[in-house]
Amino acid sequence: MLEQIELRVKGLNFYYSGGIHALKQISLPVYSNQVTALIGPSGCGKTTLLRCFNRMHDLYPGNRYEGEIYFVKDNILSPDMDLISLRSRVGMVFQKPTPFPMSIFDNIAYGLKLKGIKKRAELSERVEKALRHAALWDEAKDKLNASAYDLSGGQQQRLVIARALAVNPEVLLFDEPTSALDPISTAKIEELFATLKKDVTIIIVTHNMQQAARISDWTGFMMLGELIEFGKTDKIFTAPSEKLTEDYVTGRFG
Amino acid sequence: MTRERKRRIEGSIALALSTLAAILGLFWLVFILGDVLVHGLKALNLSLFLNDPSPPGTEGGGLRNAFVGQLIITIFATLIGVPVGVLGGTFLAEYARGRKIARIISILSDIMVSVPSIVIGTFIYAILVRPLGHFNGWAGSVALAIIMIPVVLRTTEDMLSLVPWTLREAAFALGAPYYKVITQVVYRGAATGILTGILLSIARVAGETAPLLFTSFNNSFFSLNMKQPISSLTVTIFQYAMGPYDIWHEQAWAAAFVITIFILILTITGRLIIKWRYR
Repeated sequence: MLEQIELRVKGLNFYYSGGIHALKQISLPVYSNQVTALIGPSGCGKTTLLRCFNRMHDLYPGNRYEGEIYFVKDNILSPDMDLISLRSRVGMVFQKPTPFPMSIFDNIAYGLKLKGIKKRAELSERVEKALRHAALWDEAKDKLNASAYDLSGGQQQRLVIARALAVNPEVLLFDEPTSALDPISTAKIEELFATLKKDVTIIIVTHNMQQAARISDWTGFMMLGELIEFGKTDKIFTAPSEKLTEDYVTGRFG
Repeated sequence: MTRERKRRIEGSIALALSTLAAILGLFWLVFILGDVLVHGLKALNLSLFLNDPSPPGTEGGGLRNAFVGQLIITIFATLIGVPVGVLGGTFLAEYARGRKIARIISILSDIMVSVPSIVIGTFIYAILVRPLGHFNGWAGSVALAIIMIPVVLRTTEDMLSLVPWTLREAAFALGAPYYKVITQVVYRGAATGILTGILLSIARVAGETAPLLFTSFNNSFFSLNMKQPISSLTVTIFQYAMGPYDIWHEQAWAAAFVITIFILILTITGRLIIKWRYR
């Protein structure tokens, strides 16, 4: 199987506004329709790297990127990049569920309305599709007009995934999406990844190494702002080339 | 043994003193409310709302002009003050968040809240009454709006700051521009808090007399013309209470009763919303 590259990170350096050099010379490929996991000890820069892919750092003044991230052909770090269109192509799911203070239906429809879709019939159809896709339809179909806050934490996280899916993104970024959830909700979301990757490319930051091993195809191990090793998940967890990676995945530190 | 005894005595003294202070405070509150209730209810009748004042000293007549005038002045004050306050608070909490200018405006706004309202009245007198040559309703509304703005602004700022930042990031991550993040997501999250602030600010200005004395003044006749002096309940109460006629005193009591109840309802509604929202 010929693997296609969705995103290619080349010589990426990132500096936070205080001047902290958070990412150092990162280069890695992200393959289409695969799950790429970023692992590493706290403060290693994996979330910082994830937030480069949708330019989330631009919300805060003083942050600075160096290097390139090619998204198919375009460099998303270029100053001309249209962030609004980038963010509708690269969705994001956060650590804590972030439902908006509105109904379940309106939550999912939010991104669609931003894209200018106003017809009720089309909205309904796409909301249903997104909810089915995120395995929430059966639980939510009878209370679409209820507040999103009425859902449990795990359901809220799937709602947020459905909301991100509704706008048909090409890439989905997950920032420790299950760390605030119970084991059953976690399992449900992990099951989702297998079906989701048929349609989207997934990058996930996780603290949980077993989770990375279970759900990802590719793994990048990061430490102190550097990418120590990147490769097939099987290889990273069974036969890593770097001593540091081996020490981390076998639980000797971190 | 003696130490313990001493402590117990000190404790009892503290308890006695604070209870006394509480009773003293409550006594006047109950006294005032009770007095307004008794006198006001006695003088309350339908004609008060339906008729305009009759010639001074004669029986009958009402305060329709003052009720309507008060309503108009307050509505326009709200229409001017609320948008400015809400947008200003939005600027502080969103666009200028963390910047020095936001801190400075917040502090100035806190000072504005405690500026005596008569100062604002004389200020508006100088810029909106003197130059025009006569008292007018607009000046009254602007004076009340200026009193409202810092209250609404600070509440809006506080309520917006309470909305978790991750919620904004989630909306940004869907490709929303900032103004849509604010109007469609953040405002919804803070809606009840802001609404409460608005209600409380209306309650705050509805009882103001001093700024209106210098601006909209009073009018013995029914008028809807904001360019001319217009009657208000508070100024009418002030004039009638000082006047020589018994009927005026009665009507002043009735007006005081109505305005107290109105403010009480606004304040209680505001508190209830807070309780219901943050239980």
